[in-house]
Amino acid sequence: MADKNPIWKFFISVKLTVVLLLSLAATSIIGTLIPQNANPEAYLHTYGAFLYRLFDLFNIFDMYHSWWFQLLLLLLTCNIVACSVERLSSTWKLIFPQKISFKRSIFEKIKQNEQFTDPRTPDELEPAFTAVIRKAFGVLHVEKTETGLTIFAEKWRWTRLGVYVVHSSILFMIAGAMIGSLFGYSGHVNIPEGERVDHVQLSNSNRVEQFGFEIHNNDFDISFYPNGTPKEFRSKLTIRENNQDVLSQDIIVNDPLRYKGISIFMSHYGEIAPERPPEPAFSADDIQLSFMVSASGMIYKRKAEIGKPLDIPEGMGKFILMEFRESAVFMGQNIGQALVGILTPPGGQPVEITLPIHFPKFDRMRRGNVVISVIHEHKHEHPKQKPEDIQYYSGLQIVKDPGVWVVYTGFIFMIVGILITFFMSHQQVYIDISKKGKKSQIRVIGKANKNQLGMDRITKNIARTLAQTSEAD
Amino acid sequence: MNSSQLLSVVTFGYAVAATLYLAAWIFQKPFPANLAKWAAILTVLGNLAGFFLRWVESYQLGIGHAPMSNMYESLVFFALTIGVIYLYIEQRYQNFFVGAFATPIAFLAMAYASMSPNINDRIQPLLPALKSNWLIAHVLTCFFGYAAFAIAFGVSIMFLLKLKARNDGDGILAFLPKQRILDDLTHRMVLFGFLFLSVGIITGAVWANSAWGSYWSWDPKETWSLITWFVYATLLHARLIRGWYGKKIAYLSILGFMAVLFTYFGVNYLPGLHSYGAS
Repeated sequence: MADKNPIWKFFISVKLTVVLLLSLAATSIIGTLIPQNANPEAYLHTYGAFLYRLFDLFNIFDMYHSWWFQLLLLLLTCNIVACSVERLSSTWKLIFPQKISFKRSIFEKIKQNEQFTDPRTPDELEPAFTAVIRKAFGVLHVEKTETGLTIFAEKWRWTRLGVYVVHSSILFMIAGAMIGSLFGYSGHVNIPEGERVDHVQLSNSNRVEQFGFEIHNNDFDISFYPNGTPKEFRSKLTIRENNQDVLSQDIIVNDPLRYKGISIFMSHYGEIAPERPPEPAFSADDIQLSFMVSASGMIYKRKAEIGKPLDIPEGMGKFILMEFRESAVFMGQNIGQALVGILTPPGGQPVEITLPIHFPKFDRMRRGNVVISVIHEHKHEHPKQKPEDIQYYSGLQIVKDPGVWVVYTGFIFMIVGILITFFMSHQQVYIDISKKGKKSQIRVIGKANKNQLGMDRITKNIARTLAQTSEAD
Repeated sequence: MNSSQLLSVVTFGYAVAATLYLAAWIFQKPFPANLAKWAAILTVLGNLAGFFLRWVESYQLGIGHAPMSNMYESLVFFALTIGVIYLYIEQRYQNFFVGAFATPIAFLAMAYASMSPNINDRIQPLLPALKSNWLIAHVLTCFFGYAAFAIAFGVSIMFLLKLKARNDGDGILAFLPKQRILDDLTHRMVLFGFLFLSVGIITGAVWANSAWGSYWSWDPKETWSLITWFVYATLLHARLIRGWYGKKIAYLSILGFMAVLFTYFGVNYLPGLHSYGAS
């Protein structure tokens, strides 16, 4: 075994484990500081063009799915497998020997022992002691010596496997996660009361999945506590398959509906906007912008055209409108119609700016030297709605994850494995009885593969119990 | 007396116990040590009573739920778990020194709960997302883990002080338990904490899967609990395979507890799903 493959050597090192665990810990921090999977414009706004491009290059905005993070996880998996194979191949014979044998010399090396004398002879002691030891340990072996006899006993040899149970649990979790991402999906649908869906548009992709059945939203209810905070969101759903109602169930948060491997979760709710007179159409041909210079407090109105640069008064730089968006998204929120432009302050980096048509104060949040807004007049007042007229939709999370049970198996293995590995040990005890005049001299030595301090206590207790057998007779 | 008043008394009780443990340590007398033990036992019983009283009060308000739903309640429970684990250690090891490091942590948790202006001690109704049987299992296991790590942290500090005492000669530091005992206790607390943190993360994952349909979504609190898990996993591998001992383990245990603190408090300043525990 001296000349091992260098790749194998690399993967069986515990140094690699420590480096990988600490790298995973350190890099995971990044994704908790930088919000993940947000809108590119939001990032550009927060970090500026240079950092944005740099972060984007390293997938920082979706780092837990980036190639380098997955590579770390893959390396950890290889490390776990290699270490387990390596160690298991050398300890297999130790864990499952043909016949359990005891080596006197190993016990004699241990200095910590318990001693006492007993008036009985070794032969008289043997049945009394073996009865006690048999109760506490499974495997028992007695050997005659020149001066008397030795009792060996042991239990829980199999607990040496515990660590492999823990390590395999991680493999189960990773395998389950892979099954989920390959064969499962997850998406979000909003179903108005009284309507139905039979497919979902997946999050993170353009794919559409058909369920093979229909989900009807019969009714949505929301209830409140007396102090006004929401108490319960409840959707009354019916599953309809081949034009027949097969299942009717209410779902609330924490209590989803599961049918044919697909789980339907109550996620959120919303009100459906009633028919309103149309907003005055916003025309991209006739744009009026207002520039408020923070230093002077002056407001300037300018006509603007898409693609045509404008000089901002008081030498505050240049502004150019890039495009008009029918429904712009900022930090994950839909802000409706908006203009997007680029502001270049004098001597500074260009920044992209979003100007929602219906929120003229929006640009103040940027805390820049100049606040830009779109001048647009609202002609209509929205009529107030009566509560009973409100129609709701249920926001449902639709998930299919065939890997969940593999992951859960991993969870159980992890807990059971940790219990075995940390709180049980392979315990052996050695009791030497030798004749000393008319009495017997007894030495009790205990040995465990883990937690020797705990084993010393157990040994002390065994010695005490053995010493008490003489009083009992 | 309502639970808030009782818990104010408990805060004071932890302060008294902490002072007595410090006095017992400095003066090396059995009398304050005995007094400290009884103060600690009474305080922990009061803490337990306050916890259950609050539970009962929530039912009287018609919004009954286990008192584990916000920052105030979690801090009360955190102090309780530290107290319970500490009393077990004192009984098991017949040694009161750990008390001088454990009870102040419990006191700080309670004091922060009672005095911080950002923490609301009113009993609030449970949000729909928290209405689950997993709430108790998840919070219970997480906090036993946190408490074990907190005590491991205290013992690691003791270990480093003891190391300093050995280099500098005597002083009160010389009265601390032997390095071997402190090192072993740190290790034991980490083992215990690691089991409970693992079960805590797992119950959280199972709960998330039944509430949102995803057992893991890299939400900052989830991620930080995993970071904490990685740090302690490193400690365990370094010790069990590479035979690290003493100072290095003490430093890793302190680093681990910093990660625990960030998982518990720091994460509230980051955006994410896990916002219930924040106020």
